[in-house]
Amino acid sequence: MALKLRDLTLGYDRHPAVHHLNLDLRPGSLTAVVGPNGAGKSTLLKGLIGEIAPLEGRIDRTARRLAYLPQLSEVDRSFPVSVGAFVAMGLWHSAGAFGRITGSAAAKVAEALAAVGLTGFDRRPISALSGGQMQRVMFARLLLQDADLILLDEPFTALDTRTAGELLQVVKRWHGEGRTVLAVLHDLDAVRNHFPDTLLLAREKVAHGPTAQVLTAENLFRARQKSEAFVETAPVCDRVELGAA
Amino acid sequence: MTWLVDPFADFVFMQRALLGCLAISLGATPVGVFLMLRRMSLTGDAMAHAILPGAAVGYLVAGLNLGAMTIGGVVAGLIVAVLTGAVARFTALREDASLAAFYLISLALGVLLVSLKGSNVDLMHVLFGTVLALDNAALILLCAITTVTLATLALIFRPLVLECADPRFLASVSRWSGPVHFIFLALVVLNLVAGFQALGTLMAVGIMILPAATARFWATSISGMLVVAAVSASIASVFGLLMSYHAGLPSGPAIILSAGCLYLLSLGFGPVGSLFTRAFPRPHLDA
Repeated sequence: MALKLRDLTLGYDRHPAVHHLNLDLRPGSLTAVVGPNGAGKSTLLKGLIGEIAPLEGRIDRTARRLAYLPQLSEVDRSFPVSVGAFVAMGLWHSAGAFGRITGSAAAKVAEALAAVGLTGFDRRPISALSGGQMQRVMFARLLLQDADLILLDEPFTALDTRTAGELLQVVKRWHGEGRTVLAVLHDLDAVRNHFPDTLLLAREKVAHGPTAQVLTAENLFRARQKSEAFVETAPVCDRVELGAA
Repeated sequence: MTWLVDPFADFVFMQRALLGCLAISLGATPVGVFLMLRRMSLTGDAMAHAILPGAAVGYLVAGLNLGAMTIGGVVAGLIVAVLTGAVARFTALREDASLAAFYLISLALGVLLVSLKGSNVDLMHVLFGTVLALDNAALILLCAITTVTLATLALIFRPLVLECADPRFLASVSRWSGPVHFIFLALVVLNLVAGFQALGTLMAVGIMILPAATARFWATSISGMLVVAAVSASIASVFGLLMSYHAGLPSGPAIILSAGCLYLLSLGFGPVGSLFTRAFPRPHLDA
């Protein structure tokens, strides 16, 4: 398994946002994570990259390298850096803190920019980009990261159809290359058409498996019911760990 | 021409002052540029206050002794930096509030220590600097700090730029995020301590931040900003020392005011995003 979650509970201030989640992701699978707002989708990704520590449970991953596209990028867009230099950050795994950025690296940057439709942009400052172009730049950097597990948090939100369509092709390319992709999405039609597997999340796992079997009217209804707002006076959870039994 | 050259040609103390100021100009300004790029310009100011009790303890223990006051200042600055970082990382308080809390405690401690010793003229040197009376030890210290700063910045340049541009990304691909932040804060402290030898604790931040802010109006790349900042700080140092010599002004404020004039000129007429370019934009292009 590329990723194995056992009883994973993630949350804030003791309130779980993801509750006792068990999940096995096959290597090379392309999985959409869907669920209502507040279902814990972004929290799950933050937990997977280690930005927040689990309240309980285990994360095992065999993927040696992982890449993450946050929902709200914290990139300071006024920062004086060119598109080319920004994308080159994706080469950190080979260049590190001190390694040289060689000529072949420059060729890789140009290739990644071409793959997201930004040929010739490498000398422009990132402050001159539109929102859609910036998202293309983020994808170009992800391309260079050469990760075997790629986590995307709402990658196509606020993009026009053409940009979203072209970036979706990049995601499919990763799938074709055998990389494991987990993407939080809201557009259920896009999920049905392009994502073989789906995880339906509503704080707990509602369903996981082939998209057609997961996105049924009944499952979606259950998901909506489960994701109630947090209860200030909730009792301490006493569910026994499956792994411990 | 004689106005420019003679003071430096004729007087050793002016040569020493010039060397000291140029050393600070080369070391402190790149630190200032990165402070500005990280939107931490006021952190320099807070840190300068945090250094005070350390210098005061050094003074109380060993008198007006360069080594003791330097070590005291560095130790106090680093303690505040470490505590600030630790609180921001392990509790709910954000870094800005955490820094404000610790520097205020540190400052109060410093003022307390200073007043315990009564009014002392020597201590005025700590607050306002002694650029016209730099001895060999002080010059060596200034140059050493500049050397260490430039070498360290060259070494951590890439992770530091990443930490400024996209800290979350750096944290996701490496373990550099924490160390690079702390190394950088240590450089801030070191350069403030260097600055207070010459310009005083209150003026030391000026030579760090004003040239950096000036550079923003001249360059669009990081390397460009680093060069402009160092050059403008050097010009301000020379000009400030000359004003100080010819008009009998205190040297520290004269240097910082020169840097301030360069900033105001750049703010008005610099080629990148200044008032002038905003007021009289060039015609837009076809595509």
